[in-house]
Amino acid sequence: MKKLLILGAGTAGTMMLNKFANELDKNEWSITIVDEYEIHYYQPGFLFIPFGIYNKKDVIKPKRDFFPTGVEVIISGIEKIEPKENRVLLKNNQVLTYDYLIIATGTKIHPEETEGMTNELWHKNIFDFYTIEGAVALADFFRHWKGGKLVLNITEMPIKCPVAPLEFVFLADWYFTEHGIRDKVDIQFVTPLPGAFTKPKASSILGDFLTKKNINLTPDFSIARVDNENKKIVSWDETEIEFDVLVSIPTNMGDEYVKRSGMGDELNFIPTDKETLMVEGYNNIFAIGDCTNLPSSKAGSVAHFESDILFENFMDVIEGREPRAKFDGHANCYIESGFGKGILIDFNYTTEPLPGKFPLPGVGPFSLLEETKMNHYGKVMFRWMYWNLLLKGKELPIESNMSMAGKRL
Amino acid sequence: MSTIEIAGKTIELDADGNLANAADWSEDLARELAKIEGIEELTDRHWQVINYMRKVYEEDGGAPSIRKLTKESGVETKELYSLFPKGPAKKSARIAGLPKPKGCI
Repeated sequence: MKKLLILGAGTAGTMMLNKFANELDKNEWSITIVDEYEIHYYQPGFLFIPFGIYNKKDVIKPKRDFFPTGVEVIISGIEKIEPKENRVLLKNNQVLTYDYLIIATGTKIHPEETEGMTNELWHKNIFDFYTIEGAVALADFFRHWKGGKLVLNITEMPIKCPVAPLEFVFLADWYFTEHGIRDKVDIQFVTPLPGAFTKPKASSILGDFLTKKNINLTPDFSIARVDNENKKIVSWDETEIEFDVLVSIPTNMGDEYVKRSGMGDELNFIPTDKETLMVEGYNNIFAIGDCTNLPSSKAGSVAHFESDILFENFMDVIEGREPRAKFDGHANCYIESGFGKGILIDFNYTTEPLPGKFPLPGVGPFSLLEETKMNHYGKVMFRWMYWNLLLKGKELPIESNMSMAGKRL
Repeated sequence: MSTIEIAGKTIELDADGNLANAADWSEDLARELAKIEGIEELTDRHWQVINYMRKVYEEDGGAPSIRKLTKESGVETKELYSLFPKGPAKKSARIAGLPKPKGCI
């Protein structure tokens, strides 16, 4: 019996589990998946919770609903990987051996990395929306808020879903307009990047949306600390920005066990070949999704495109061939922009997000880098696709590698 | 791709505005590149960072992120920002003749 071990049963790990459970011969392969939590969160939905669009019930399901039959599931944290021994030690003291390992343990926020962030104002006037606790606490705060300075701050890159902070301020503009207090809310978008987004053309177009929606952009701001007493964030070069409510995107890091295993970079992300998705230095370990150091966006769509490439390369490797499929860094993101509209971007390692049309058989085309109602429906529809198709490893009507069709240079 | 004129020489730049050819780099060129970034004089502390950047690049083939800089260069984050205002990793990489650090996605 050959053993496939998957670490992490989030979006990426669950997709891989379903693909391989369908494909690999049960008489030849045993498949085991490990995760520390029993609940699956629909993380793209966290964004909507502070604005009362979704509540907690809309974004949670038991992980077991998405596990196929005939696989072993272990609920435990991970102590460390011993890659030279092909062995993983779990927090529950179990020792698992493997022939092939897929790492899909994602990224978590670390607000404690910034001085003062988790002091007395944490989850009182300072919130995150990358955890269910943070998103729910912020919803409670907004319900009773009478207005003031709303500051959204990105601590440092890379972060999971680099468009979510923009969506947050767009939705805040809509939410406070609906509640009749938009004139009392000063919305600021404070980022360490030189503009609204990571890539130049999208950055300029999205920057124009910020201006149009009366949201102030402060670029090149690298936060050093939070001054709780005076409700200010302070940058390394001593620029200060006051807030009444701070919505922070804290430092993102890979899981602690990565460090204990000696396998990560300074943020515990795992050095991974950006085309083959094999972990650098090993010929039987793959990594997928947010846990890698790939120069792509950390997002569910990226994990989905990677899953097709990883699947093909895995089948090559177990049959003794060189991995042939190449990931191009494809990302496809619906940006909710408020008032029932959305913006779509589609890009990869080498082609930045461009304007134009995005053809999609059966439903499309969608408009790229433009605000439309259709793009909003794309986002709404995606939650159904996520639970019913994507996690189960089924085909979606969209290619893994990016296409130039419809894009304007 | 663009070019700049420095001390009578034409230097090629990559899409991010960093040196296209590592072979063009010299300490004199670094002083000129620093001036373009608004740093009039490179002190010993600047050089400690620049030399560290070049060493990492030689070993890893990539410019280090700000976190790695803070951890390993011997210069703390606060001082890095005063030496290379706004973007220490980005600016010191440019002056050191290296491509933009990978962390700046």
